[in-house]
Amino acid sequence: MKLTRRNVLGLSVGAAAFTIAGIQARPASAATEATQKSIMDFTGGAEPAAGKVSLTAPEIAENGNTVPVTVSVDSAMEGDDLVASIVVFADGNPNPAVATFHFSEMSGAALATTRIRLAKTQDVIAVAKMKDGSVFMDKKQVKVTIGGCGG
Amino acid sequence: MKRLLIAGVALATGLAATAGAIADPVDDTLEIDGTPIVTRTAAPEGHPFDEVLSGWLFREAETRDVSRDSFENPGMIAVEDGETLWNTVMGSEGKSCATCHDDAAVSMKGVGASFPKWDADSQKPINVELQINKCLTEQMGAEAIGFNKKGQRELTAYIKHQSLGMPVKLDLSEGEMQSWWDKGKDVYYARTGQLNLACASCHEVAMGKMIRADHLSQGQVNGFPTYRLKSGLTSLHQRFRGCIRDTRAEQPKAFSDDLMALETYVTWRGTGLSVETPAVRQ
Amino acid sequence: MASKPRIKVPKSASAGEVITIKTLISHEMESGQRKDKEGNPIPRRIINKFTCAFEGATVFECDLDPAISANPYFEFNAKVAQSGTFKFTWVDDDGSVYEAEAPIEVK
Repeated sequence: MKLTRRNVLGLSVGAAAFTIAGIQARPASAATEATQKSIMDFTGGAEPAAGKVSLTAPEIAENGNTVPVTVSVDSAMEGDDLVASIVVFADGNPNPAVATFHFSEMSGAALATTRIRLAKTQDVIAVAKMKDGSVFMDKKQVKVTIGGCGG
Repeated sequence: MKRLLIAGVALATGLAATAGAIADPVDDTLEIDGTPIVTRTAAPEGHPFDEVLSGWLFREAETRDVSRDSFENPGMIAVEDGETLWNTVMGSEGKSCATCHDDAAVSMKGVGASFPKWDADSQKPINVELQINKCLTEQMGAEAIGFNKKGQRELTAYIKHQSLGMPVKLDLSEGEMQSWWDKGKDVYYARTGQLNLACASCHEVAMGKMIRADHLSQGQVNGFPTYRLKSGLTSLHQRFRGCIRDTRAEQPKAFSDDLMALETYVTWRGTGLSVETPAVRQ
Repeated sequence: MASKPRIKVPKSASAGEVITIKTLISHEMESGQRKDKEGNPIPRRIINKFTCAFEGATVFECDLDPAISANPYFEFNAKVAQSGTFKFTWVDDDGSVYEAEAPIEVK
């Protein structure tokens, strides 16, 4: 393997995650209490399943002030196969709420891109609610870097 | 092998992998709405590098992508604000910029690639910001705009954006431009501040290395005013002052002789790079 | 808010085609988390709602929280059956409403 900075970072992150999992054994969906409560408010108490919704975000954000994120669900957006809304949380922000996207049949596709603020390295979480009420979740860790001498 | 060792040490100690790491500028090409942008070109004679490299090559993929699309570039909001100012009457003479210069797409084409220029009246180099002030006070019956005040960044970005894609080229044969270039070179290599850093310490000697999580570029200025993800539209002298502040030195005033000389010299160091204004950086 | 919102909508599309729309508006998105030089909290002032409608029917909506970056940017899709006009609306905390429109020809 060619050792580039990204590869090295990836290895370190992998090692760190392994350590944390080993010590704390947190469940995959673990989130702070505030985020967990917001997720439950959105889903009406249902625990979201993995899959269907996908969240795209950079592995390393150059600046936490402006981080591009895309959420999407593979859906025909017709009839019963319709995504009602997707909510995004930043689990490590002082206030985890980021945005809620609402779709319709005229959306054509369940996809949205925006730019968000991340206070530090943390998990970004997307939860999608289908027309039939079923809920799905995806999560990505985004590393927020600290700049040069100025920070 | 050296890189491998460094990486190994970083892993073993659990320190940030950034310590001493080198990351090459990316192998990627930039086109903005169909306009090819030169981000890598042979350096002019007497340059410390063989190749001059745009800061764009040192950024992560997401930041590079925002630069490619003039719609997605948040700096373009400022360019549009600059266009509004261009057509706004300012001062007692009832003139706007457009009254004399008409369509900026024609009259300002090339300006962003060739400033600073020699100003015979003041016997100093003049940059776009000061040229705007000269027009305001001498032609339009208006007051000069203070540093970073009232649309200065926006109007400058609009004017420089008219040269998007054009290669940076200064005329050092005019007036005393050469001696200001010399003075600027002295400023560039002078160590300053509690950290005892010169511009060259980071942007020449350590170019390509990581300073914490920041990938050090050549410190080129072909994209100013630049939209920084950190702080929005940022003027060149604001960036100079920020860098100098970070060395824990006293900051020279914007448009002071030291910074005008530095602008002249650093602009020359980017000879041949395309104007990218408003570039998007971290 | 001196700047006009920026919107990008294709001039034409075929009926039922999924098109991409991009919007960008100039706004500080003051989060309410920051303090001024005297240490006093700077009150929150953000755009809290964005709506895209086509001929009166809602296509896409977003509720924004203070974690949306300054100069909010959105990219999303739309599918329309006939020619008409998209209407975009941004609602500010202070009650201001910013609007923009873009026509599309459906062939």
